[in-house]
Amino acid sequence: MGLRQIAFYGKGGIGKSTTSQNTLAALAELGRKILIVGCDPKADSTRLILHAKAQNSVLSLAAEAGSIEDLELEDVLKVGYRDIKCVESGGPEPGVGCAGRGVITSINFLEENGAYEGVDYVSYDVLGDVVCGGFAMPIRENKAQEIYIVMSGEMMALYAANNISRGILKYAANGTVRLGGLICNSRMTDKELDLSEAMAKKLGTQLIHFVPRDNVVQHAELRRMTVLEYDPECAQAEEYRKLAKKIDANGGKGTIPTPVSMDELEDMLMQFGILKPDDETIVGQARNKAVA
Amino acid sequence: MEAEAKAARRQMIADVLAEYPPKTAKKRGKHLNVFNEGDTDCGVKSNIKSVPGVMTVRGCAYAGAKGVVWGPIKDMVHISHGPVGCGQYSWGQRRNYVSGAVTGVNSWVVMQITSDYQEKDIVFGGDKKLVKVIDEIEAMFPLNKGISVMSECPVGLIGDDIESVAKRKSKEIGKPIAPVRCEGFRGVSQSLGHHIANDVMRDFLIDPAANKEDPSFEPGPYDVMIVGDYNIGGDAWASRILLEEMGLRVIGQWSGDASVAEVERGPKAKLNLIHCYRSMNYICRHMEEKYGVPWLEFNFFGPTRIAKSLRAIAEQFDDKIKEGAERVIAKYTPMIDAILAKYKPRLEGKKIMLYVGGLRPRHVSDAYGDLGMEVIATGYEFAHNDDYQRTTKYIKDGTVVYDDASEFELERFAQALKPDLVGSGIKEKYGTQKLGFPFRQMHSWDYSGPYHGYDGFAIFARDMDLAINNPVWGMTKAPWKKAE
Repeated sequence: MGLRQIAFYGKGGIGKSTTSQNTLAALAELGRKILIVGCDPKADSTRLILHAKAQNSVLSLAAEAGSIEDLELEDVLKVGYRDIKCVESGGPEPGVGCAGRGVITSINFLEENGAYEGVDYVSYDVLGDVVCGGFAMPIRENKAQEIYIVMSGEMMALYAANNISRGILKYAANGTVRLGGLICNSRMTDKELDLSEAMAKKLGTQLIHFVPRDNVVQHAELRRMTVLEYDPECAQAEEYRKLAKKIDANGGKGTIPTPVSMDELEDMLMQFGILKPDDETIVGQARNKAVA
Repeated sequence: MEAEAKAARRQMIADVLAEYPPKTAKKRGKHLNVFNEGDTDCGVKSNIKSVPGVMTVRGCAYAGAKGVVWGPIKDMVHISHGPVGCGQYSWGQRRNYVSGAVTGVNSWVVMQITSDYQEKDIVFGGDKKLVKVIDEIEAMFPLNKGISVMSECPVGLIGDDIESVAKRKSKEIGKPIAPVRCEGFRGVSQSLGHHIANDVMRDFLIDPAANKEDPSFEPGPYDVMIVGDYNIGGDAWASRILLEEMGLRVIGQWSGDASVAEVERGPKAKLNLIHCYRSMNYICRHMEEKYGVPWLEFNFFGPTRIAKSLRAIAEQFDDKIKEGAERVIAKYTPMIDAILAKYKPRLEGKKIMLYVGGLRPRHVSDAYGDLGMEVIATGYEFAHNDDYQRTTKYIKDGTVVYDDASEFELERFAQALKPDLVGSGIKEKYGTQKLGFPFRQMHSWDYSGPYHGYDGFAIFARDMDLAINNPVWGMTKAPWKKAE
């Protein structure tokens, strides 16, 4: 098979890194050769695979060495569970510099230095929202072909999913990037499955998998392990295997997303009872002015 | 001017606009006019974003802040904070002549350096590098009296906190460090850079020093400050000498050949004399509002304006100074008569087309007039409406006025108006000469100067003669015209 490039996006704290590492571990079980590129300044996209908190990132090493040209691929490439190769882009501490430029710099470095040779999958794990052009790097031309949005039945996660779809749409017209599907990482909210399916339909894509909530994920995480490695027999591991197989079979089946307007999104949330209609009579009323 | 001739000039503008796409023509049309005597302004819009694609001659906020206002202060080291591209121009500073400098060796340039941003500085923030650069400056140039940090675009894009670095390091080295937020993408031209630079000068040099004891300075009744003279080719020196000869004490020059001490004692002047109104009126207004220092615009180009200015300045003082002004004017009259006797016959009746920055398009016109020459077209890169109002006092009926002119417009106007001399900048110079027109750079004085004051007028007259009456113009003939 040719090189598949995929990326995981989603609202911050939704469980992108956990979901992606577990799923990629399951793909590795299927015999796929995998490279993970962490595109988050926190540099924690590969800790479950490497059993280590944060490895030396591309950018921190480049800063130490003086410039990116002084780096060798071996310096930044680490190998973890089932021979999964891991690279963290890294970035500045919060509040300074430009993390977005950092993502661009490190992805260019990896491509130029042949990090993508000999692997079946390159997976990008990108922080929170597409805040600027730098974090859209993995969805630009000739980078990720399919984007998987990790979401849940919570309102902000759905907003983020819609926003990310807008980012994909922007680049889809001139490039090969497509939306692979939504992955619901369950938060056990009301009507979560129905809502996720409805959202997928709105965005012109599929709910590729509904990952149920299970404490074993936390247990594994405490040990800096994926569920696949910590307890390969458990039911949750099976869920990730299912997701991995679906992704493996999903090559070339991505769609150009159809993001909706804010109003449309809010209408949908109201239908599901997540959002209450605005009471126009109380807008802008201070507490002491309000009529009971 | 006759109605017919004026109509012809209006038609010339219409012909140029006709070459543009309709939207551009509509926009540019508002910046071009033929002046009507008696109008309160020149009838052009100004200080508006340039139309993309017209090849504007304008610079950026960084150019205005660093290249004009801060860069000439001689006992500071000026950091172009950002990638080396703009910093290349740290050494490309104008010829702001200085006597002595922080290197400890007399030199003609102020120390300008760049932090030379690399990719890692963008990603991780340039604040650490800035700290290092400041430390290195202190080690290498301990005679410096302060440091300015001039932001290039990326500093603003990544939100580098230059203010906190400046504050911390300033305390550490016990000298002012001025963070200037003059990112090039701000504003429509270099003009905003002047304003930002003035504000930072206020906040980091003038106001903090207001309560500082300065035993070395004893105020006097005749203290004046020259503001907005950048000492191009020694302009400020040629101006200063006249003020001193009439009995005034010049306590500082801003910012050509200026020192930090001179800037700090600004509010102690009895009168601020401003030459370049556009780039430094802001700080004059501040000193008037906060410290009660009045300010007066003056013009030291050509004998007519010099005499007028000397008298206006003297009006603000006592009889001793008024007599001084007359004495100075009388002293230089024979010299001026000699200059006019020599050059006027060679220059009389010549027509000039100007396109300069924010002051000279009006300020030099009477200097040409003194030589019997006439400005037939003029315009500014970055003037505001108040500049165009002031311009009406200088130009004649029928003068073509252009704001933020494009290279195309200038070329076409020159071809239509057939001036004997074009005065503009380096970017316009060679194209204009290739069209067959004599040219003088009116930003840099073509590496000549000074042009200010009586001494400067002698050089000004000689340079214009050299340009216009150069025999080379009689030797050019287009190849296709040779057969004729």
